[in-house]
Amino acid sequence: MSSNMIATRDAYGETLAELGAENGDIVALDADLSGSTKTGVFAKKFPERFFNMGIAEANMVGTAAGLAAVGKIPFVSTFAIFAVGRAWEQVRQSVAYPKANVKIVATHGGVTVGEDGGSHQSVEDIAIMRAVPNMTVIVPADGVETRGAIRAAAACKGPVYVRLGRNKVPTIFPPEHRFEIGKGCELRPGTDLTLVTTGLMTAPALAAAELLAKEGISARVVHIGTIKPLDQEIILKAARETGAIVTAEEHSIIGGLGGAVAELLGEEHPVPVRRVGVRDRFGTSGKAEELLKYFGLTPEDLAEAAREVLARKRV
Amino acid sequence: MKERIVELEEKARKLRVSIVKTLHKSQSGHTGGSLSAIDMITALYFQKMRHDPADPSWEGRDRFVLSKGHAAPALYVALAEAGYFPAEDLMMLRRLGSHLQGHPDSKSTPGVEVPTGSLGQGLSMAAGMALGLRLDGKENRVYALLGDGELQEGQVWEAAMAGGHYRLDNLCAMVDANALQIDGEVAKVMNVAPIADKFRAFGWNALEINGHDMAAIIDALELAEKVKGRPTVIVAHTVKGKGVSFFENKASYHGVPPSDEELPRALECLGCLED
Ligand SMILES: Cc1ncc(C[n+]2csc(CCOP(=O)(O)OP(=O)(O)O)c2C)c(N)n1
Ligand SMILES: [Mg+2]
Repeated sequence: MSSNMIATRDAYGETLAELGAENGDIVALDADLSGSTKTGVFAKKFPERFFNMGIAEANMVGTAAGLAAVGKIPFVSTFAIFAVGRAWEQVRQSVAYPKANVKIVATHGGVTVGEDGGSHQSVEDIAIMRAVPNMTVIVPADGVETRGAIRAAAACKGPVYVRLGRNKVPTIFPPEHRFEIGKGCELRPGTDLTLVTTGLMTAPALAAAELLAKEGISARVVHIGTIKPLDQEIILKAARETGAIVTAEEHSIIGGLGGAVAELLGEEHPVPVRRVGVRDRFGTSGKAEELLKYFGLTPEDLAEAAREVLARKRV
Repeated sequence: MKERIVELEEKARKLRVSIVKTLHKSQSGHTGGSLSAIDMITALYFQKMRHDPADPSWEGRDRFVLSKGHAAPALYVALAEAGYFPAEDLMMLRRLGSHLQGHPDSKSTPGVEVPTGSLGQGLSMAAGMALGLRLDGKENRVYALLGDGELQEGQVWEAAMAGGHYRLDNLCAMVDANALQIDGEVAKVMNVAPIADKFRAFGWNALEINGHDMAAIIDALELAEKVKGRPTVIVAHTVKGKGVSFFENKASYHGVPPSDEELPRALECLGCLED
């Protein structure tokens, strides 16, 4: 594990600019947030292939669908709340329904948006995008995985939603890590229970496993970079072998990773499950670190959830 | 009236000082668009609107919607000055547990009518209030303040269409036309001009003023109230960051608070030497 910190949105900006040099069909669209989403890096290098659509997200997504219809590969970026919120039906009708080759890369997902407050913190975007047929949903954990995810999104055909964060996060994956759509990865072996995590919650899960190890609890950590299609095999294997699951995400416990895992296990292999996430509430203003505490998203919270699910497994 | 204008100008200056101090304390928030909007907000809260800070839900009140919700500091300093909550609360802007959220939140802050922050939604809510108040036979007026970049949102024009269609003469939109948004000049990012003509085409009465000329703002608000059978839009030409010379007309100060080093210089620009 490397200790260097990078925001996933920064990794996106650099990778998109690289892709732009490799493939002349790649175009980028933004809605007056190109400095924040980092599409500005691409815009600087390829001004003729960058379209600032102004503060008009619905039109931006529709325009991207049109660009895709004539063979372009549009990357569309704004904050997660606006990409999924304001433009939802354009995403559904103009992009997902015809399987348009549009890549929606949304930054500032989750509560770590911080001070801007509840109006700007998307806690339901993963659930909404996951519910849309034809949509691939990716939530990278770090800069390395983001690079892989953006490349994979460009290489595959069809709609992809990638959710990125605002703040710097620790790098978990080695530089040679190869991202594959639909493949989870076991980051730490364990036998008593499994922490199944996504996005920036994977780093605290590794720390939680460390805490639990000190108490003699062996926690497996499985990172799910692709929420949809879900790597069912790795999750069912974890359920069979460890018999208890804790999910963790910077998102509502409704409909996201926790929802997906609970649905799968409910049908295929019921074991005690505990979903760690935002418990059906809106976000609020505060510093990112404070909010992770406030919403119960720290390693300590994960360890507590692990103990709780373990107790249920043992009865 | 001349004296009153001078008083209001002084009030606006004081509120600019308060915006700068509040944003310096929070070290997060939107400076440029708060300073460009404060003269209009001052005119509304301290001259034009009927409202009662002691009774925020008083039925007889006029309604204000800050559609460009990121200028929340401008609204909050006016609400505090009017007496909706203690001025000390401003120092808690954007903190965990504070009632002063990063963007206006009606369930948290007394005096805030509806939540805003996602641009483009405020004029619709204002039009809905205007429709409802008219249905009840009430005389109350509804004001909405929008950004010029915000006008790029299609929903604004859906609301403009509805306002014209339903002849909402109890509705008044104000556009803080500071010519800048985040990525640069509005005219270069996505041109919205001509603003007044667009509203006129939807059946609105449109006025254009200097949005820092207090007398002109008051005049326009009075005129708007007299126009019957259609809503009025006041396109107010403003300077983003107005009052603090080194913030003025700079897109880069859109969402940046004054630093420790900038604070005394900013206060000096505003004729405030006490600190
Ligand atoms: C729907 C939506 N998209 C994007 C944003 C992010 N955003 C906040 S302020 C802003 C620029 C606003 O420009 P303008 O309306 O001109 O405001 P002002 O210049 O008065 O600050 C943007 C894009 C948002 N708040 N809402
Ligand atoms: Mg503007």
